[in-house]
Amino acid sequence: MSLTLADVEKIADLARLELTDEEKSQYRKQLSAILDYAAVLDELDLTDVVPTAHAVTRRNIMREDVMEPSLPIEDVLHNAPQEAQDQFLIQAVLD
Amino acid sequence: MTEYEAVIGLEIHAELMTASKMFCGCRVVDSVTAPPNTATCPVCLGMPGMLPVINKRAVELAIRVGLALNCTIQRHNIFARKNYFYPDLPKSYQISQYELPLALDGHLDIELASGETKRIDIRRVHLEEDTGKLTHLDKDSQFPQGGTLVDYNRSGVPLLEIVSEPNIRSGEEARAYAVKIRQILRYLEVNSGDMEKGVFRVEPNISLRPAGTETFGTRTELKNLNSFRALADGTAYELVRQAEILDAGGQVVQETRGWNESKRLTFSQRSKEEAEDYRYFPEPDLPPLEITDEWVESVKLTLPELPDTKRARYMADFELSAYDASVLVEERAVANWFEHTLAVSDVDPAPSPKSIANWMINDLFRLMNEHKQGVADIKFEPAAFVQLIGLVENNTVNNNTAKDVLTEMYQSGRPAAEIIQAKGLAQISDETAIFEIISQVIRENPDTVAAYLSGKDKLRGWFVGQVMKATKGKANPEIVNRRLAEQLDQLK
Repeated sequence: MSLTLADVEKIADLARLELTDEEKSQYRKQLSAILDYAAVLDELDLTDVVPTAHAVTRRNIMREDVMEPSLPIEDVLHNAPQEAQDQFLIQAVLD
Repeated sequence: MTEYEAVIGLEIHAELMTASKMFCGCRVVDSVTAPPNTATCPVCLGMPGMLPVINKRAVELAIRVGLALNCTIQRHNIFARKNYFYPDLPKSYQISQYELPLALDGHLDIELASGETKRIDIRRVHLEEDTGKLTHLDKDSQFPQGGTLVDYNRSGVPLLEIVSEPNIRSGEEARAYAVKIRQILRYLEVNSGDMEKGVFRVEPNISLRPAGTETFGTRTELKNLNSFRALADGTAYELVRQAEILDAGGQVVQETRGWNESKRLTFSQRSKEEAEDYRYFPEPDLPPLEITDEWVESVKLTLPELPDTKRARYMADFELSAYDASVLVEERAVANWFEHTLAVSDVDPAPSPKSIANWMINDLFRLMNEHKQGVADIKFEPAAFVQLIGLVENNTVNNNTAKDVLTEMYQSGRPAAEIIQAKGLAQISDETAIFEIISQVIRENPDTVAAYLSGKDKLRGWFVGQVMKATKGKANPEIVNRRLAEQLDQLK
């Protein structure tokens, strides 16, 4: 299974990554190799196997609906690039 | 010109009324009034290394909704990551459900303006988390570069998404469906239904296709609808806009559009990313959620009687009209208040449910509307209300006086009997007393009596008025009418 350059560009775009032509070609090969590796599973007949979402056997890890203390506002905003009015101030984004 | 059929599906997002968030212990606050970012922690801020844990209560409330909407509750649940970059999501993904949602294949019957019932199919109900709130700043002296403020109080609040099949055909149907979903969520006590605060949000997907065809046209999604009126009007506008594009030989662009309430039109917000661009995959931080039959059964026991069932019962058991029954069941609190009146047993003769319903709808609701108050604001108990109606029915006061007494009760909360006694409002039902008052009115108005006797039958009402005036409205109208007829007829 070989990815095209366009596939790589789309993945990069979705991940908001800007790649050089050299990187695109390099990642095309590497990503294709990863997919080829996973494609080994296609050789198995999995008709009767329920799709697995998790390898762990644990189920139903839940908490009761109990309130716990939140962070102090200074800690919340500690790593904010900028702040104003107790909120994160970021570059303008359009809706 | 081609005739089109509207194809509308609704996505409804409703925050669940839990105490804490979906995946962390931060409290759920009013995101409009709470100080920004005061209900946040590493989990809902998406900090590295955080681990979400499912809020059991949120799952229970979601099961409640699934059952009320006639869905099948899925036993095997998987949470998924929905990936996209937008600052309302600090993790750059939203924890949601994709392939294995909590509830599937439900339906809801809505009533159309024509009186017909229409079944709207519900495709799925799933659990997810709400996002943070963005405020876009204008460029001004304080913020010369402009910018966006982010408040993560709402991030991680349990959110239910209810997706209908696209078998809604008009803005009015969309409205009727959304109104009913909201009513049910309020009955279930899972959501306040506040649209202004965005706790309950409705987003229609709208497309057109030539009538009689089966394939779907290109759809647009409408946002910013913060009232049911906006939902109906925005949808109707969008249907006309799309028809005009198609009639001109153009193509509808798949996009998200906003509704501008003041300009009364929709505008393009952003092109919709295709579903596969969200790259859903199972959330590795949350193990599968298995919902057992026992759990579903125990939740079923907590379901209240729902409005449709209640309405049918009121009509069958109490002989209420469809309209009266609908009004009483519209809100659970009102229905409860009505049902409390029915439990009152120490009033003799006991007023009929129909009589109580009439007094509530015609008189009590009028006072509530005048004061812009709800049933929770009523100062007297349901029993006091029944006592007042009992005093009308045993002829202690007449109807009109009782309305005044109710107004006084509404303001002061004092019992009816006390008001009647204090103001001397008790009805005069003494036949002899009424006979004498009528005789006096006849004596004092010979000209009018003559006019009446010459055939002006309409003057009867005038005589009734004079008797009421003489008794300050306290005379028993039934006796007055009967006696007056007798006494005037004797003069013929």
